[in-house]
Amino acid sequence: MLRLEKRPAPSRFWSASAPILAVVLTMIAGGILFAFLGKNPVEAIRTIFWDPIFGEFAFYYRGQLLVKAAPLILIAIGLSLGFRAGIWNIGAEGQYIMGAIFGAGAGLAFYPSDSFLIFPLMIVAGAFGGWIWAMIPAILKTRFGTNEILVSLMLVYVAEAILASMSSGLLRNPDGMGFPGSRNFKEFPAAHNDFIIEAAGIHWGVVFAFLAVISTYVLLSRHLLGFQIRLTGESPRAARFAGVNPSLLIVFCLGLSGALAGLAGLFEVSGPAGQISIDFNSGYGFTAIIVAFLGRLNPIGILLAGLLMALTYIGGEAAQGNLGLPAAAIQLLQGMLLFFLLAVDVLSNFRIRRTKNEVA
Amino acid sequence: MRITSILAGAALALGLAGGAIAQDKTKVGFVFVGPVGDGGWTYEHNQGRLAIEAEFGDKVETVFQENVPEGADAERVMTQMALGGADLIFTTSFGYMDQTLAVAAKFPNVKFEHATGYKRSDNVSTYSARFYEGRAVQGHIAGKMTKTNKIGYIASFPIPEVIRGINSAYIHAKRVNPDVEFSVVWAYTWFDPAKEADAAKALIEQGADVILQHTDSTAPLAAAEQTEGVIGFGQASDMSEYAPAPRVSSIIDNWAPYYVARTKAVMDGTWTSVDTWDGISAGMVKIGEITDAVPADVKAEALALAASIASGDYEPFTGPLNKQDGSAWLAAGETADDGTLAGMSFYVEGLTGDVPN
Repeated sequence: MLRLEKRPAPSRFWSASAPILAVVLTMIAGGILFAFLGKNPVEAIRTIFWDPIFGEFAFYYRGQLLVKAAPLILIAIGLSLGFRAGIWNIGAEGQYIMGAIFGAGAGLAFYPSDSFLIFPLMIVAGAFGGWIWAMIPAILKTRFGTNEILVSLMLVYVAEAILASMSSGLLRNPDGMGFPGSRNFKEFPAAHNDFIIEAAGIHWGVVFAFLAVISTYVLLSRHLLGFQIRLTGESPRAARFAGVNPSLLIVFCLGLSGALAGLAGLFEVSGPAGQISIDFNSGYGFTAIIVAFLGRLNPIGILLAGLLMALTYIGGEAAQGNLGLPAAAIQLLQGMLLFFLLAVDVLSNFRIRRTKNEVA
Repeated sequence: MRITSILAGAALALGLAGGAIAQDKTKVGFVFVGPVGDGGWTYEHNQGRLAIEAEFGDKVETVFQENVPEGADAERVMTQMALGGADLIFTTSFGYMDQTLAVAAKFPNVKFEHATGYKRSDNVSTYSARFYEGRAVQGHIAGKMTKTNKIGYIASFPIPEVIRGINSAYIHAKRVNPDVEFSVVWAYTWFDPAKEADAAKALIEQGADVILQHTDSTAPLAAAEQTEGVIGFGQASDMSEYAPAPRVSSIIDNWAPYYVARTKAVMDGTWTSVDTWDGISAGMVKIGEITDAVPADVKAEALALAASIASGDYEPFTGPLNKQDGSAWLAAGETADDGTLAGMSFYVEGLTGDVPN
């Protein structure tokens, strides 16, 4: 018989290798799934995990990997701070939308100016949009004790309704023949988040994502605030004794994650997406939650997890197009990744012991 | 721009290299906004894809991608198809417009066909169907069939195509039943069964006994089935699993002939950029079988109306018609021009409520 025995402290070896093992298990289970769908499992796994980086068209996909990963990383970094402190912002999708609306609105208000100040202004407005949307659950929680999980999640749907209204009303392209959707930022150079290096897929959002990774790493390892965040998550009572102000921490964590999600929205709308449209948001805010946990709430881990998640999207699309795999199979694969990670996590907290069968 | 040209150059080189291998097979790609099993919009586009395979057999290879969001992802999916050697790519949702143009500019040798858009270039055509012709027939049946004189309309997004449909259905319902009233619910989605069902239930509770829908799922019909005497229509696809009632007829998008013809044009090297807007006459819009739940005389009138639209004797938007605010739009006998129809953003006189904006 096998028995689980709790470890006195989480195993360092297993918490570092759990994500890798989870990826390997996902590949195996995914391969079996694809085989049942009548596809060659080796070819399918190679198309998803290998070809985008080393295959024939890698010159295009490598850049796309960063384009897809940047918003995920930016949002997940913000979320991870709150998650560490036990503050659960589930509404990053809404903050992402509001950042895009505020940022795009600030830029479009000055159309067709060519001032170099427009893009910096949009960045500030984007961060503000996300921040103010996250302040709603933050203030409701600190003042009235509401549950931030519910409030932030519900505000996603409010944001979606505002997005629909903006695309068919206030921000609608006046030259768009009555169709919803704003002007395209590609035709508005001063406000366009153009590629800095196109082949590498680097635009300002990617730069900000890397900056966020580095500064969060420094914050958590070198700064008092980072210490307070970790302490609050690990032992709220001890944190109180250490003089942590919980309300301030809630406002800080929600505000920062909202601002980063807002930035992600701004960089996406003014760059890769190009315009505010009714279906502008495509779930980055929710996927980022998976990325944050896959990366163990650690900045470097999140960077890698974001890239891995982007790889499953891009490789998954290739597998759909080239091998005819259904979209649902790819989503299943992504779900499996988180499932196996959580399952393997048992190994970092528990030891598996073999017990002798007792003779009756 | 600098790297774009390198990318385009590389793609061109690949295209030339790939051309030698794929010479005998024409590769056709499809970008779908929903799942192929949605039973409506995407389902019918996929039927068109299958029609290409059936028609040309070994001479074609088709690829498709479903559930593609209308943003940066769409651009990548199209680029991927073009890099993968596609000769012709159909992008089947309005929201793919700018992305289609952007990718087409990078791959001048690949032909693109964008559904329901209005921007074209040397290698981008647009195509759409005159769904409003089907709406006229639907409005006629609805006006005759309603007993409460209340007709519910589940609209998706306030874009000209949807507004044209509402106007066309209303004009023809009103013509046969002056007391008829329309309640329009904006669902802000093309495909969300739960939301569509809620909208249908709300409309039925308000007394509507005919539900018209411009969303793609069968959920409104499933909701109509729950209440005795409520009828509806199949949208985009026949939805005949709900016949003979609540589904009494349907508007079917029939893309297959167009897709086959355009693929043939690419094979023959005769493809050029065009703007196609076909209706009942060309077979792009079909009226699904009118069931026995509709009285024989109403059915005969509806079929006659469809026939007169097909023959060109009658235009659904024929004056005298006023706009909602009472201002004159079309004088008696005058018909609407395509430009006005393509950008329609106003209700006709008699409709209540506002077009959201």
